[in-house]
Amino acid sequence: MSNAPVNNGRRRFLTAATSVVGGIGVVGVAVPFIGSWNPSARAKAAGAPVEVNVSKIEPGQLIRAEWRGKPVYVVRRTEEILSGLSAHDDQLKDPQSEVPQQPVYATNASRSIKPDLLVALGVCTHLGCAPTYRKGDFDQEVAGVKDGFYCPCHGSKFDMAGRVFQNVPAPTNLMVPEHSFPTEDTLLIGVSGGEA
Amino acid sequence: MSFKLMDWIEQRLPLMDAMNKHVTQYPAPKNFNFFYVFGILAAVVLVNQLLTGVWLTMNYEPSGEGAFASVEYIMRDVDYGWLLRYMHSTGASAFFVVIYMHMFRGMMYGSYQKPRELLWLFGMLIFLVLMAEAFMGYLLPWGNMSYWGAQVIISIFGAIPIIGDDLTLWIRGDYVISGATLNRFFALHVIALPLVLVVLVFLHILALHEVGSNNPDGTNIKKPKGSVAPEELSKFAFHEQYTKKYDIVDAIPFHPYYTVKDLVAIVIFLIIFCGVMFFAPEGGGYFIEAPNFEPANGLKTPEHIAPVWYFGPFYTILRIIPDKLLGAVGMFGAIVALFMLPWFDRGVVKSIRYRCTAHTVNLVQFAICFIILGVLGTLPASPLNNMIGVVASFGYFGFFVAIWIYSKNEKTKPVPDRVTGK
Amino acid sequence: MKKFIIAVLAVLPMLALAAGPSIPLDSANNDLRDKASLKRGFEAFINNCLACHQLQYQRYNRTFADLGISDEDGLANYMYTGEKVGDHITNTMPAKDAAKWFGGAPPDLTLEARFRSPDWIYTYLRSFYVDENRPFGVNNKVFKDVGMPHVLQNLQGVKTIDEQGNLSEATGGSMTTEEYDNFVRDLTNFLEYTGEPNKLERESLGYWVIGFLFILLFFAYLLKKEYWRDVH
Repeated sequence: MSNAPVNNGRRRFLTAATSVVGGIGVVGVAVPFIGSWNPSARAKAAGAPVEVNVSKIEPGQLIRAEWRGKPVYVVRRTEEILSGLSAHDDQLKDPQSEVPQQPVYATNASRSIKPDLLVALGVCTHLGCAPTYRKGDFDQEVAGVKDGFYCPCHGSKFDMAGRVFQNVPAPTNLMVPEHSFPTEDTLLIGVSGGEA
Repeated sequence: MSFKLMDWIEQRLPLMDAMNKHVTQYPAPKNFNFFYVFGILAAVVLVNQLLTGVWLTMNYEPSGEGAFASVEYIMRDVDYGWLLRYMHSTGASAFFVVIYMHMFRGMMYGSYQKPRELLWLFGMLIFLVLMAEAFMGYLLPWGNMSYWGAQVIISIFGAIPIIGDDLTLWIRGDYVISGATLNRFFALHVIALPLVLVVLVFLHILALHEVGSNNPDGTNIKKPKGSVAPEELSKFAFHEQYTKKYDIVDAIPFHPYYTVKDLVAIVIFLIIFCGVMFFAPEGGGYFIEAPNFEPANGLKTPEHIAPVWYFGPFYTILRIIPDKLLGAVGMFGAIVALFMLPWFDRGVVKSIRYRCTAHTVNLVQFAICFIILGVLGTLPASPLNNMIGVVASFGYFGFFVAIWIYSKNEKTKPVPDRVTGK
Repeated sequence: MKKFIIAVLAVLPMLALAAGPSIPLDSANNDLRDKASLKRGFEAFINNCLACHQLQYQRYNRTFADLGISDEDGLANYMYTGEKVGDHITNTMPAKDAAKWFGGAPPDLTLEARFRSPDWIYTYLRSFYVDENRPFGVNNKVFKDVGMPHVLQNLQGVKTIDEQGNLSEATGGSMTTEEYDNFVRDLTNFLEYTGEPNKLERESLGYWVIGFLFILLFFAYLLKKEYWRDVH
């Protein structure tokens, strides 16, 4: 609305320069406001790695641990289960675990560090329900597979490596959290080996 | 496309027109000086308080058991929580610094005089609500000074005859200050009073733009239509709401001229603000008082209860009057007197530049007395301090009496027709 | 206006007077940047204070990180209380019993340095003297009739007070006066740290922010001058 601009070039440059520097300032001010929404030290302390003694888990038994408020299933798989894992690959959505639902060190046939110990989040990848461990009677859901996980909410099915079957709503395999074994009998959920 | 959308909106809600009326084509006198930046600074601090306040509530816990610990949680465990908290606590003191300067500006240049009385009253209401807001906010950290400060201030209401004791009980919601008091103060501090404050600020600005801004010369920049020679008119384009009725002289559009000028002021203010916030957030014990690092304890009074500095002047007036009821009356009277300033001043000349010498002396002594009262409010009571306080209180109230007397037939200097550009 | 400013300046010394402490305190001269001192102070706190005084707002792992101690080292050598490194530095003294033993629960010390000042802590811990009238046989010059026994007596030794209220040199302790002063300085340093763990971060961020604002000021000022050529 000014009627007599004197030096348009200089004026435009200074306006742009002030706007840019001011814009950086606004971004800077936004940092604490956005940053304060990160998990606090309290949340992090509560979400710290969880130690589980795995020496007492019987073959075929599942125990639940809690980590960051979520159930973690720890199952000691029998030789029979392990050898049967590859038999139904053709019925799975992601038999080779190509979707990164597990740390690199668990991207293998058994999706685990120790072949006999499955460590997976008991959270269905569909809408977050807790799948039920169906020991011995899973063949009612999938013919020929004796053991597996069945989600009661919407019928998603997973095998004993947490791999999802075809034609169910869950899109991906069960999540395998970062974990490690500081000693032979202790499982540490939440930290990869070497970092603990 | 976007033009069409803009037109579509404009026909239904004339936003651009309002923008022009209040910002880009608002005629602001061209001679605003240093003292005229404090209004916009108050707005900046208000925004700061609102934003950081909202963010603090995300982690604050309003309960007697959890409040103190939750503040330390914010200070330690929440990412940048310490920064948000210091922005808020420093902002509280900064608010009063700029508001006191803003009010003093109004007093110097007669910005409360006709036709701006209502503008002044809205401003005073903002000040009053702000004091309530600050007082209630100060309880929330639940430190020992929070607790005892609130104890003392609430007890003032006990001075009211007959209903006093029941009233204080009702305000506290308990026999002592407790979690119940904390919760209601929290609700008022974070929701009710900020809403009122924002509405009042809106009305304050509307009232300002209705009557137009005063200036350091106290002249009128709106001349009767047709009375000014065309070459004397301001060379800038203003909104027709103003030019329809008046010839505008000595004015410039608020934007871009005062926006760029205010930006400089805001940045300088922020430098000072950040200097305090980053390097002395406790403000030497005046912004965050040391006893407040101890949790509230109803059985242990701090050695020396001092209100936060900005309540100092009014607290001193309360304290030097050796009668509970009269003390409270004196304190509220001090605020009421400010409210009534437009009617105490019977003069027609606005600016201190063209008023009588007595007025300059009066205003300076008022400012000095106000500061002395403020300092005394943070000091422990002693016979000497009380004596000084009595003298300063006389100065404070004397200002209003004196202005009422000399403003009737005041010997003023000639007021220029146009701004002097000083 | 000048008169006004002069008057304000005349009032300012009163403010300075108000801020002055009532008991003369020795200057602690501690340095928050000295991590070795903070570490020694942390150790001193754990070994001498933590039995009674908590740091209930301060976490172990935060302390480890800020003092340059690894979590394993901390877990093994600094954590006599708590289980996980994320725990607060607390003890298990029941508050009720404590109140019975000392006439009042020992205060939490997380914020002590902000509540009383580092100089106060430094002076206080060096101002115990023999007073047979007190339950623990000692009194304190800075904190009269304090409920706390002189926990560091083995280190400092014993001081007596004369008629004028002056304290004698300490005798019979395992440390020299200088060693003890340094010991207390480290402890004070640590408590100033726990009072506001972000202090150093706050100040360093402050320099950046203010530096940035000066850059913004430079452009804003030029912009203002440029526009106001229309007006003048």
